[in-house]
Amino acid sequence: MSRGRGLRSNPAAITSCVVVAAYVLLALLGPSFSPNDIQTLDWNNVATAPALSGSHWFGTDRLGRDLYARTLEGMRTSLSVGLVGSLISLAVGIAFGAVSGYVGGRTDRLMMRFIEVLSGLPLIFFVILLTVIFGHGRHFLFVAIGAVGWLSMARIVRGQALSIRRRDYIEAAVASGAGAARIIVKHVVPNLMGPVIVYAALTVPQIIMFESFLSFLGLGEQEPHASLGTLIAEGAGEIETAAWILWIPCTILAALLLSLNIIGDGLREALDLKDHPRS
Amino acid sequence: MHRYFLRRLAGAIPTLFIIITLAFFLMRLTPGGPFDQEQALPPEIVANLERAYGLDRPVWVQYGRYLAALAHGDFGPSFKYKDFSVTELIAQGFPVTCELGVIALALALLIGIPLGIVASLHHRSPIDEVAMALAVVGITVPTFVVLPLLGLVFGVHLHWLPVAGWEPKSLRHLVLPVTALTLPPLAYVSRMTRGSLLETMRSPYIRTAFAKGLPLHVVIMRHAMRPALLPVAGYLPPAVASILTGSLVVESIAGLPGIGRYLVQGALNRDYTLVMGMVILYSALLIAMGLIVDLLYAWLDPRIRFET
Repeated sequence: MSRGRGLRSNPAAITSCVVVAAYVLLALLGPSFSPNDIQTLDWNNVATAPALSGSHWFGTDRLGRDLYARTLEGMRTSLSVGLVGSLISLAVGIAFGAVSGYVGGRTDRLMMRFIEVLSGLPLIFFVILLTVIFGHGRHFLFVAIGAVGWLSMARIVRGQALSIRRRDYIEAAVASGAGAARIIVKHVVPNLMGPVIVYAALTVPQIIMFESFLSFLGLGEQEPHASLGTLIAEGAGEIETAAWILWIPCTILAALLLSLNIIGDGLREALDLKDHPRS
Repeated sequence: MHRYFLRRLAGAIPTLFIIITLAFFLMRLTPGGPFDQEQALPPEIVANLERAYGLDRPVWVQYGRYLAALAHGDFGPSFKYKDFSVTELIAQGFPVTCELGVIALALALLIGIPLGIVASLHHRSPIDEVAMALAVVGITVPTFVVLPLLGLVFGVHLHWLPVAGWEPKSLRHLVLPVTALTLPPLAYVSRMTRGSLLETMRSPYIRTAFAKGLPLHVVIMRHAMRPALLPVAGYLPPAVASILTGSLVVESIAGLPGIGRYLVQGALNRDYTLVMGMVILYSALLIAMGLIVDLLYAWLDPRIRFET
């Protein structure tokens, strides 16, 4: 496959990869450079502007909490939710889609009908309904997010499984007496991973956006923990007096989402089956 | 044509029914009741409250009552806004949300489609590249980032427009919220129009139209636009969903008295009936939008119209 070459000739995607790598490094190593943690209240420095000279590099919020530490925690939240969320939707989507596509027939029609009905629903509103029922907070986020991402993943997996089903090696596996479960796990799933991984890359920014959206509304991450969404919500209330509380997390979230989308689009183009037919 | 539409309608009603049922029973799964508070209420009062709201009856009786009330447009009482029914809250907020949403959707189409046409006619030129780069930004940067930043620039620094607030019939208060709301669907619409017009322009019948000597604008308006708009029409329900989602954010930030803000407040207060009513309302809106799109498809694509 020419994934490497395709992506290497795409300067925007390269830049984005660098940005995302920098995010990961900063989120993991950044806190060790700063003496402040996410919840200590510094009453001598309430709502101070960002300054490289002092110890509050990104300034402080209304309660005197260090925004550098809080922003990094928000980045960690975003990155981990994005990663775990897309792994969940990857796992559920593969299981559902591979069975539906490989088994085919009436089972397939039923399973796809199910997906069709679900994707017709306003899922975001259902997730909000779920937050009312099960309460808000960190653990709930993963459930909510897994619920959203897997639908289109299952569709893509099913499409791949449908075409793989007709390959000679599947016929050979059937002829040698392998059961359906074994064929799906051993032969179908490994062979559909390529395009599915690309799609998974595209769901990461969707999931990150969804998490920060819920947190922004107050239905996701709860105090004292920070998410980029909660930080932006805090900043939106202070734009008259303390603009840095707003624009720092805004810039960070926008740059992260843009980079991830450019990488996903780049991967999709590089792997486009129309341009690079696989034999 | 009629049969096609009736078949779609027949498909939509069970979907709405499933949504209502799902919402109702999800709500009943709730650990803890709506009257749980920090301080436990005396059991007699809880019993009284439950009787007042009909919560002491078997679940299927409650379900039947809820359905019967819904059929009369009654979403039940709000658990937190004590003096209001959910229907009253919706009646108060819906016009505001509707005004915002309709303007945003209209702008997305009126700007997005021409932008997509221009970009596709100048395929791979700087105009195209810039428009599509902007579209990526519009799609990726979420509403809750765009609106506060717009407020920061145009409200706080330049003092051109109010950051928040609401006055009836005041357009100035609508500019920033509507801009933030319209950007994502606008970006999608322009990207989609461009892509599908590019593809349509490669069809043999377009080559024939040019061969007949028709000028470019006639080829586009009379021959290429209809099929090119099919995917855009298909995007309408997601566009409405995106605008409704965005309205939660926009109404909360700008303090507009629409149903989006009630939904967020309701979710924060765990006001079950309110959130449930809103979810059902939003679902019904989206399903209605889907039906409108089916009609649009039939208009745009004669193959659907004559299919029996």
